[in-house]
Amino acid sequence: MELLVAVIIGVLVSTGVYLCLRARTFPVVMGLTLLSYGVNVFLFAMGGLKIDKVAVVGLNSDPTDPLPQALVLTAIVIGFAMTAFLVVLALRSQAEHDTDHVDGNDSGEGGR
Amino acid sequence: MSHWIIAPILIPALAGMLLLLEVREWHRLRRITGLLSASALLAVAVLLWEQAADGTITVYQLGNWAAPFGIVLVLDRLTALMLLLTAVLAFPALLYACRGDDRKGANFHGLFQFQLMGINGAFLTGDLFNLFVFFEVLLIASYGLALHGRGPARVKAGLHYVALNLVGSALFLIGLGLIYGTTGTLNMADFAVKAQAVTGMDQALLKVAVLLLWAVFGLKAALFPLYFWLPATYANATAPVAALFAIMTKVGLYAIVRVYALAFADGPLAGLGQQGLWALALTTLALAGIGVLGARRLGTLVAYLVIMSVGTLLAALTFGQLSAAGPALYYLVHSTLICGALFLLADLVARGRGEAGDRFVAGPVIPAGGVLAGLYFMAAIAVVGLPPLSGFIGKVALLKAVPVPLYWVLLLLAGLCGLIGMSRAGSSMFWRTTGPGEGVRPGRQRLLALLVLLAVVPALTLWAEPAMQAAGQVAGQLAQPQLYIQAVLGGQS
Repeated sequence: MELLVAVIIGVLVSTGVYLCLRARTFPVVMGLTLLSYGVNVFLFAMGGLKIDKVAVVGLNSDPTDPLPQALVLTAIVIGFAMTAFLVVLALRSQAEHDTDHVDGNDSGEGGR
Repeated sequence: MSHWIIAPILIPALAGMLLLLEVREWHRLRRITGLLSASALLAVAVLLWEQAADGTITVYQLGNWAAPFGIVLVLDRLTALMLLLTAVLAFPALLYACRGDDRKGANFHGLFQFQLMGINGAFLTGDLFNLFVFFEVLLIASYGLALHGRGPARVKAGLHYVALNLVGSALFLIGLGLIYGTTGTLNMADFAVKAQAVTGMDQALLKVAVLLLWAVFGLKAALFPLYFWLPATYANATAPVAALFAIMTKVGLYAIVRVYALAFADGPLAGLGQQGLWALALTTLALAGIGVLGARRLGTLVAYLVIMSVGTLLAALTFGQLSAAGPALYYLVHSTLICGALFLLADLVARGRGEAGDRFVAGPVIPAGGVLAGLYFMAAIAVVGLPPLSGFIGKVALLKAVPVPLYWVLLLLAGLCGLIGMSRAGSSMFWRTTGPGEGVRPGRQRLLALLVLLAVVPALTLWAEPAMQAAGQVAGQLAQPQLYIQAVLGGQS
């Protein structure tokens, strides 16, 4: 379980970081989305991983920590709003510069 | 229990919501709502400053949940000072914007209020995750404000700014996750206590978490190597927005100082990351000096002056002990307000020069240029730190408080760079003229807004001693984290 979650977080974050470093806005948006997914799973795991345990005291002997679940909900909502904003901004940049290069011009290196 | 402490968050939140409801065509109503909110904030900030001035630390438990479990708002002298500074900066900036800049795009006033809410919340909160939430509130408002008005340069700078800050938020969350995983708390006071007891592998994880926090706060504070977004974003933003942004770097500084003073002043984790922050602050100071020399526009130059003040302040705060915090806070107030005023001044000069804008090229004669040149002269003296104005007093106090030769050399060299940059800018903008142009005279309301901001400089100079004493008291309280911890956790810690 721990290994699986760790691998998932690792893959999400590393692909996210790789895509963030691309020179086009679309991969950057995708990269930031994957990065925030990885971070959300990480946050979820920070209270310790337990299987089949409800986050309510009294229903079982060893309940899951409920706080990370509340925190990750907040983080998801914020991340969602930010991604939506970034998509709009990327579209606006495309319209203003006639290119989807993050620097607004294709002439320099870094374009594909 | 006094409920005034939550007013700096509630007032702009309510005003911002009202502003979203108001009909788009009613500009006058929107302006009145915004200005009313800003003046109410100013009044509340003064009230809270009075409340905190005798050294009481007020704790406000949201929903009446006891401290480590619920979210608390904490008002001590440092918070009150920052709230007051924000309100003093916001009112003239909004007054300036109400002369026409607010109509360049939709919802300027609403965003401005939400920005204020985020900044005030970040200063007030006593909970690390809540700090993250308020950071996001102030960031998303700042994204909108930075893009306010149109233009390809603004969109390009905005895209970089947003992408960088999203990565910063991800790192912040990872840091918070590690902190919760190792200490089991996110309340700042509780964290300060529990962090001391962490040992073994968990301690290594905790160190990683705190260093991640320094990186994130460093990004907000525009610390080397994370400051490259700032000049483009600030120089391309609308003038009143750039003026308000002068406080944003200080939010990052505040967060570093708050967490550091609480948890890492002494104990087994004392001085965590302090060497690194000190070195980075000095590098920031040096590079900002070079940036000032290389700037080709007044807006960019002022943006580098903002970075220079960040380097100056953080170096003074992290050189070893917090004894230099008093002069640093005095300098913080001075530099924030003067940089805000310079952004407004740069805009007035650009309007007066028409096509030439605020670039350092020969341009037409500025209508009523004498007044602007006079104000520029005063602002330049203050920001560079020449006698007799408040910049000089602040720098002398800093030099006295930080007896490190390297800091002296860098601070004085950076001051020299600032002097050269400001004189070059002034002489090419006000003296190298090509004849009468079609620039606009500075309007009365814009000039008034600028004068209100600049009036702080003579005020801080004349009342330098009481101001410095007040800053010293703030620093004194900061150096006693146990008072804060006791106030938040009560007797149980």
